[in-house]
Amino acid sequence: MSFLELRQVSKAYGVGPTEVHAISDVELSVDRGALVAVMGPSGSGKSTLLTIAGSLEEPTRGEVMIDGQTLSKMSRREKARLRRRSIGFVFQDFNLLAGLTAAENVSLPLELDGIPARRARAAGMEVLEELGLADRASHYPDELSGGERQRVSIARAVVGERQLVLADEPSGALDSTNGEAVMRMILAACKRGVAAVVVTHDAQLASWAERVVFLRDGRVVDQTVPPPSPESLLEPTTRQ
Amino acid sequence: MSVRHALLALLSEGPKYGLQLRQEFEASTGEVWPLNIGQVYTTLQRLERDGLVESDDSGDDERQKGFRITAAGDREVAQWLRTPPDLTSPPRDELVIKVLSAMRVPGVDVHEVIQVHRRYLVELMQQWTRLKEDEAEFDLTLALVVDAELFRLDSVVRWLDAADGRLKRASVEPPVVSTVPRLRRRMVVRR
Repeated sequence: MSFLELRQVSKAYGVGPTEVHAISDVELSVDRGALVAVMGPSGSGKSTLLTIAGSLEEPTRGEVMIDGQTLSKMSRREKARLRRRSIGFVFQDFNLLAGLTAAENVSLPLELDGIPARRARAAGMEVLEELGLADRASHYPDELSGGERQRVSIARAVVGERQLVLADEPSGALDSTNGEAVMRMILAACKRGVAAVVVTHDAQLASWAERVVFLRDGRVVDQTVPPPSPESLLEPTTRQ
Repeated sequence: MSVRHALLALLSEGPKYGLQLRQEFEASTGEVWPLNIGQVYTTLQRLERDGLVESDDSGDDERQKGFRITAAGDREVAQWLRTPPDLTSPPRDELVIKVLSAMRVPGVDVHEVIQVHRRYLVELMQQWTRLKEDEAEFDLTLALVVDAELFRLDSVVRWLDAADGRLKRASVEPPVVSTVPRLRRRMVVRR
């Protein structure tokens, strides 16, 4: 069963003649362990889709289900707990807290969830080590490069028992090498069973996903079919 | 792509046999560009005719012949490496022509045509990325070749995105017809 499911989700801002439909009738399901990319130009509704999928905003119509639970039937408190416990967000501008070290930033969601500081810190260090950032643990965000900051924010998104990672243009202003490192990390989380959605306008980034959904003017207009094995690229048809 | 110069570059490392050249060519391009053995021998013959390589004269059997680069061949490689490929004139791009044509064919939604191509390109990019994910992390040559292919395909997707946006804007606010005399817009088109 899908871990994340959007059913006929629409979101409109404003009323009457000023009403603007950010997304309309979006259907999306993401299984555990799957990486899905949502690709579209600026203003196509990508970020709205992500904030609704992450329970940060409510849809005007339609239902969102996470791990079989319908968000509209949950209280604000329950949703906040679900976000703290199960969902990791990655933003283009990292959103790290400037006054906390890398390790403190990563363990913060666990501490906010009531996990004792020592245990949270240990879990945070474990992720930083996995992502090759152990030597940056005590650095503050302004002492890190852009690529390192984004890797720390991914560590924060996958720390603990996170089951859903939602990333909004995660490679943002990073160069292609760092962008690739970011996608490899998200993919590694998926291989451990995490469901992930990456929204982006960047085809190279999107091509890391097993499925790419195309969004235009708030509607899903198309999606890729599962690609054949890459071996087909190397078939012995000699190009002259 | 210049097989001629790529083979010459391989010979600049030392004398080699035809079969060996083919294997090394394929390995050095991440096995992405397979090469026909017949093509290797024809190319070597031409290189020999042009005085860029020499063969040891051990009979008529091509497979037994070793080839080595000459001083003229070395100079040719050095010059080739530094000569920019011809990127000055735009290729006659089939995709551009399809999109331009789609704007004129009655009953055709150009955005839908653009999306068909966008999806195909992204699917192709997914395959290349999978290759990179699986193998290229440990194979530098393959990673470089795959990157080149991904950047090339990405540039086509970007063009489609730009065309999509431009056409959308133009349908909302039709472009003002300029009264300024048009520049001659004839470009030299490479075939």
